[in-house]
Amino acid sequence: MATCTSSLFYGPRLLPLSGRRSSPELSWRPQQVVLPMAKFELRTPPYALDALEPHMSKQTLEFHWGKHHRAYIDNLNKQIDGTDLERKNLEELVKLSYNNGNPQACFNNAGQAWNHDFFWSSIYPGGGGQPVGEVLELIERDFGSFEEFAKEFKAAGVSQFGSGWVWLILKDAKLSVLKTSNALNPLIWGYIPLTVVDVWEHAYYLDFQNRRPDYLNTFLDKLISWEAVAGRLARAKAFVNLGEPTIPEK
Amino acid sequence: MMIMLHSVSRNLICTISASFLPRTCAVQQEVLPELPYDYNALEPVISAEIMLLHHQKHHQAYVTGFNKALEQLTTASDPRAIVALQSAINFNGGGHINHSIFWNNLAPPKEGGGEPPEGNLASAIESQFGSLDNLIAKLSASGAGVQGSGWVWLGLIKDSKLLKVETTANQDPLAAKGLVPLLGIDVWEHAYYLQYKNVRPDYLKNIWKVVNWSDVAKRYDSA
Repeated sequence: MATCTSSLFYGPRLLPLSGRRSSPELSWRPQQVVLPMAKFELRTPPYALDALEPHMSKQTLEFHWGKHHRAYIDNLNKQIDGTDLERKNLEELVKLSYNNGNPQACFNNAGQAWNHDFFWSSIYPGGGGQPVGEVLELIERDFGSFEEFAKEFKAAGVSQFGSGWVWLILKDAKLSVLKTSNALNPLIWGYIPLTVVDVWEHAYYLDFQNRRPDYLNTFLDKLISWEAVAGRLARAKAFVNLGEPTIPEK
Repeated sequence: MMIMLHSVSRNLICTISASFLPRTCAVQQEVLPELPYDYNALEPVISAEIMLLHHQKHHQAYVTGFNKALEQLTTASDPRAIVALQSAINFNGGGHINHSIFWNNLAPPKEGGGEPPEGNLASAIESQFGSLDNLIAKLSASGAGVQGSGWVWLGLIKDSKLLKVETTANQDPLAAKGLVPLLGIDVWEHAYYLQYKNVRPDYLKNIWKVVNWSDVAKRYDSA
């Protein structure tokens, strides 16, 4: 996601005059210091642009990934060029630029760049259906049943008035559904995102026009990658205790 | 004891009886206004396909949603339920208000669409913005800058009769910012996506060919 191009940075470094260890005199000598500068790149989705047909058209991918997502990356790079923010990775940049609710200028592009990367990895050809194993267990534990989860997820999608996203997140060691507007994402509140659906109109208008409920059904029935959710959950467990039993003391 | 109460909203006429009797309200249903021209009348600026979906699906959904929320309001019993309906009323009601203005703000070229304003509005634009082109440039730039869904407006500060370019998010009505709406351009993606795709600036460049400035002028004069 971030490629580093190094550049030479001449900066002052205080160095004692050689040979005089106890001398209080200090001199300035220019020193070559190489600092990594990050320029974000548009990462291709892990499938061909027509691989999600007929559920998400090639045309949608060409515009959504090829134009919208690309523009967020390009504009983000322009905004952070020559600033301190250039040395952050994207996740750091999102949290930093959110600035506790008083977002900086580049937050919109940073958030959207991150969100779209996450979205492309949240869907897969042949996706959809129900999860298995621990993901299903946790869904049943925290929502009652898969059907209840699906109902809540879709209701959040249709009630997100305007542009935004609907997430399945891990919050306080529990699964829950979260809807966010525009570029906001769960990272800014310290929650762990497990999957997402984009409900900006550009995500579905070419394929579904105004029929957002149909799009949400298709997302759950045909697109969502439960494998991705399982992988993210496994990584999250490195940071969150989901209530596994501890070794009993003697 | 019966008290007839005409509420602030003209849709609700409630009779409030003594506290142990249920409240009954007659709710006036909003209706989708007719488009003042054919669906293909704004071509090639806005396609018939977009006009059809925008009017019959999107605007109709706001009307339906607003009526449903109002009806739920009449049966809501506690403050929490009433407050919970606020966002649905604001969103759907705002959508209905905004689009009702929008259809009249536009007109096919043969019915005056694109013709520059005259009279008081024209003088006000000249004196406050320098020229119509300046105003259009400002409106287009503001519209292109709206993040997410929303509208760009030419509004009026009633007291001073000063014009102001303003944007609103989602379906928030311009009145919430204390301005009288004169001209609104919908920059939700559904307003242009099928035709202009991601290039919102092209939509904003072309829409001036069908803006009905005489409607805008009428709103200015009667404000």
